[in-house]
Amino acid sequence: MAKASLMDFDKALELFEPVLGFEVHVELNTKTKMFCGCANEFGQGANTNTCPTCLGLPGGLPQMNEKAIESSIRLGLALGCDIAEYSRFARKNYFYPDTAKNFQTSQYDEPIAFDGELTIELASGRQVTVQIERAHMEDDAGKLTHKGGATGRIQGADYSLVDYNRGGVPLVEIVTRMIEGGESDSPEIAKTYVAAVREIVKALGVSNARMEEGNVRCDANVSLRPRGSNILGTRTETKNVNSLRSVERAVRYEIQRQAALLSAGGTITQETRHWHEDTGTTSAGRPKSDADDYRYFPEPDLVPMAPSREWVEELRATLPEPPAARRKRLQSDWGFANLEFQDVVNSDLLDVVEATVAAGASAQSARKWWTGEIARLANVAGVPADTLVQPVQVAGLIELVEAGTLTDRLARQVLEGVIAGEGTPAEVVENRGLAVVSDDGPLIAAIDDALASQPDVLAKIKDGKVQAAGAVIGAVMKAMRGQADAARVRELVLERAGQAG
Amino acid sequence: MTDLIRLSANDLSGLLADRSISSVEATTAHLDHIDAVDGDVHAFLHVARDAALQTAADIDARRASGEPLGPLAGVPIAIKDVLATKDMPSTSGSKILEGWIPPYDATVVARLRAADLVPLGKTNMDEFAMGSSTEHSAYGPTRNPWDLERIPGGSGGGSAAAVSAFEAPLALGSDTGGSIRQPAAVTGSVGVKPTYGGVSRYGAIALASSLDQVGPVSRSVLDAAMLHDVIGGHDPLDSTSLTDAWPSMTQAARAGFEDGALKGVRVGVVKELNGSGFQPGVKQRFDETLALLEGAGAEIIEVSAPNFEYAVAAYYLILPAEASSNLARFDSVRFGIRVNPEDGPLTSERVMAATREAGFGPEVKRRIILGTYALSAGYYDAYYGSAQKVRTLIQRDFDAAFAQADVLVSPAAPTTAFKFGEKLDDPMAMYLNDITTIPANLAGVPGLGLPMGLAPEDGLPVGLQVMAPARADARLYTFGAAVEQLLESTWGHTMLSQAPVLAPNEMFASEEGVV
Repeated sequence: MAKASLMDFDKALELFEPVLGFEVHVELNTKTKMFCGCANEFGQGANTNTCPTCLGLPGGLPQMNEKAIESSIRLGLALGCDIAEYSRFARKNYFYPDTAKNFQTSQYDEPIAFDGELTIELASGRQVTVQIERAHMEDDAGKLTHKGGATGRIQGADYSLVDYNRGGVPLVEIVTRMIEGGESDSPEIAKTYVAAVREIVKALGVSNARMEEGNVRCDANVSLRPRGSNILGTRTETKNVNSLRSVERAVRYEIQRQAALLSAGGTITQETRHWHEDTGTTSAGRPKSDADDYRYFPEPDLVPMAPSREWVEELRATLPEPPAARRKRLQSDWGFANLEFQDVVNSDLLDVVEATVAAGASAQSARKWWTGEIARLANVAGVPADTLVQPVQVAGLIELVEAGTLTDRLARQVLEGVIAGEGTPAEVVENRGLAVVSDDGPLIAAIDDALASQPDVLAKIKDGKVQAAGAVIGAVMKAMRGQADAARVRELVLERAGQAG
Repeated sequence: MTDLIRLSANDLSGLLADRSISSVEATTAHLDHIDAVDGDVHAFLHVARDAALQTAADIDARRASGEPLGPLAGVPIAIKDVLATKDMPSTSGSKILEGWIPPYDATVVARLRAADLVPLGKTNMDEFAMGSSTEHSAYGPTRNPWDLERIPGGSGGGSAAAVSAFEAPLALGSDTGGSIRQPAAVTGSVGVKPTYGGVSRYGAIALASSLDQVGPVSRSVLDAAMLHDVIGGHDPLDSTSLTDAWPSMTQAARAGFEDGALKGVRVGVVKELNGSGFQPGVKQRFDETLALLEGAGAEIIEVSAPNFEYAVAAYYLILPAEASSNLARFDSVRFGIRVNPEDGPLTSERVMAATREAGFGPEVKRRIILGTYALSAGYYDAYYGSAQKVRTLIQRDFDAAFAQADVLVSPAAPTTAFKFGEKLDDPMAMYLNDITTIPANLAGVPGLGLPMGLAPEDGLPVGLQVMAPARADARLYTFGAAVEQLLESTWGHTMLSQAPVLAPNEMFASEEGVV
């Protein structure tokens, strides 16, 4: 594949105005699939979560998952959408081996939610309101693995394996209207928008929202309009971009690629494009035209949905605080500086910090522990920090530190014990015998030993060279195996040398 | 043993219950008769002799141990091949599913088994239920027991022939535009298309989802009602299944036997289903039946359903549209036959195409093409959209008619059984066979077909169709049983007692000769 030439990003923006659009697919975390009783689980043996319905066997029929409707309505409401009083599924007909029925059960002109908007805030503070055209329900396809080809794609493969475990998993597809005026912020808008959607579905609890597992997938539409023109350019649709960073990079790449092509007198092919994480490039997929005919028609095997207004209002009442508003409130409550707060948000630790504070810890201590030692240990273990230890344990740890029972150094050891499953922080302290020695008796004995072995130091301190006490403190801390409060040791040393106060 | 095969399901039920006969005896009698005559009739695509005898023996043992069993326990039944059965091939009459044994039972089949009926095998049908003659079966046609040179109707010709040839007292059918009622009419048997949503479609290989309905096939209205009680009722696996609490259809049928059951019943004759185009003998028997009904105290009124005129046209847009989508899954990937293209690369797309080319018959391809066209962008509104509007108008015609009449009647088919090949090259002529039965499917209302005599010109059975409002299936059974009793008492015999006695298979005879 010839490497596409790219135009410098700033130059591209001088010549063209980017126009964006996004289709974000959210996999719902319902217990069962959209139209059958099979488990909606990731990572099971191939084709184990299947039945006549999701395998598209002759005679199989769909049954509606009410929880999926509920989740879709809540998501629609959270995106500021209207909820349709009457909504139907439609069949989207096309042949593909990952689609067991050879049609997708989706929604066409009667989506469950429509006409919403989502305001996002960029790092610069610029606010952008993204108009949501619709959020509709559909079932996911199975997963194809192509074997024997060089590219891992269907072209050139010797054979393909198909796993229908994902087939029939409920999806909500959120479709934006055209986003104009993004200008040089366009890549950041892409990332921030997808992050905002992800944050909302997570706050709602309707999806596991793990992009790396494909719970949230973004198709990014990009077209360029020459400056001064009011005619839209031809768009490309980069499919299944599965991380926030990639969404940003993919949009930037497409702007640069399309600008170079158009400036050289070329034309953009309306097509899907594949994102390559390794090279940071996109490549041509299949041509896509507005005339693609999916022969949509209302799904005759399902009855229409007519969610009552009472139910919709009940669901509206269950909506959590919008993530953006919540962030503002928490930052203000906690008194964090912008950078401190961003650190927490970007590390995906807002929930656990909040829970730790709720369990009694001070906000700064909670932040310090989660973004510091716990994040470090999580990184070493290669797992998300919020899976490593419970917020209530962290709050307990912080309480012990603030009560003077533990030094930071001892607390780190206790944390390791908690993570290792040795119990609560208090239990680990007890079992490992890690508490700070707060009884002055053993400390004074240790100080006397240290002073006796370093007689010149005592003299120096008595002469007023207070900093000489450091050597003694070090020796005492070593003798106490760290289980002493260094500040108290210092006080006692100075007292012994007659320099108290 | 001849006696056993000629008994109704209700009579068999009584003999089985008091242990005058065993289920093994009843089952053996039917299996032997299938062996004797089905080489000619070809009602069955698969006969499960061993499994049926095993099931029957098991039921006999449980009855002997005093276990309480349902009313049809031990009664043999034939199952249309459109229904998924986990122990028998389920092909829907198509090459593309040759030998396919589903990993599950259709809900109605599961209910048969739970009620301890004895499945004898699977019956022939037009491929994917597309047809009115079984000539479109990939496995060869079924022959009409009244005249082996003639069609048994379709698509459920196999089930209708099985009961009218005394190969089974009961059968299951499916009716998308008349596939239960039209075969009943031309074979002198009884068949019911229940209210849409009254019987589960889960495991019925879909033709047109919004029209398909599974129903009973039998030799009497009471038997059909008994079978309806077994298979009917809500099924959570079918989203279009009604949640209604249904009355006993058996009791409803028995109510029809009471004196004066027809008195005061307002019987609507649909003007548009009583005009030209009917064979004279069909028209004659229909008029005679109306006169009998009037004599029994029924009130005959004429009702008009002006939009029925468009029913066949609308049906042949909606059905192919839904079928084109329902049949997309036959792609060789997960089940059924797989055919590789003769030359060129082996891509999944090309294998799918080669499989469908080889696996589907011409009528199936015709309807897939029609449906694909009707759903295409730019044509959708004119075709599928307009057809749906016609459907609404037909529903309104029914509403208006049922405001005046308790039941509607018409001939169940415009002609008696025609000869093989007569309409095979003329799809329009074939499609018009269902002109009287299609409106009920479009509106979702229940319809019952029962014999009303033999046409004088050819001596072949003529069927009456009775329709009732949606959910009023019980009314059909009461009225149908009353009409059947009235007709039989007038004739002095049942219809099927007049059917020619089929000679044992020549093939079997000669084999015996060799031995």
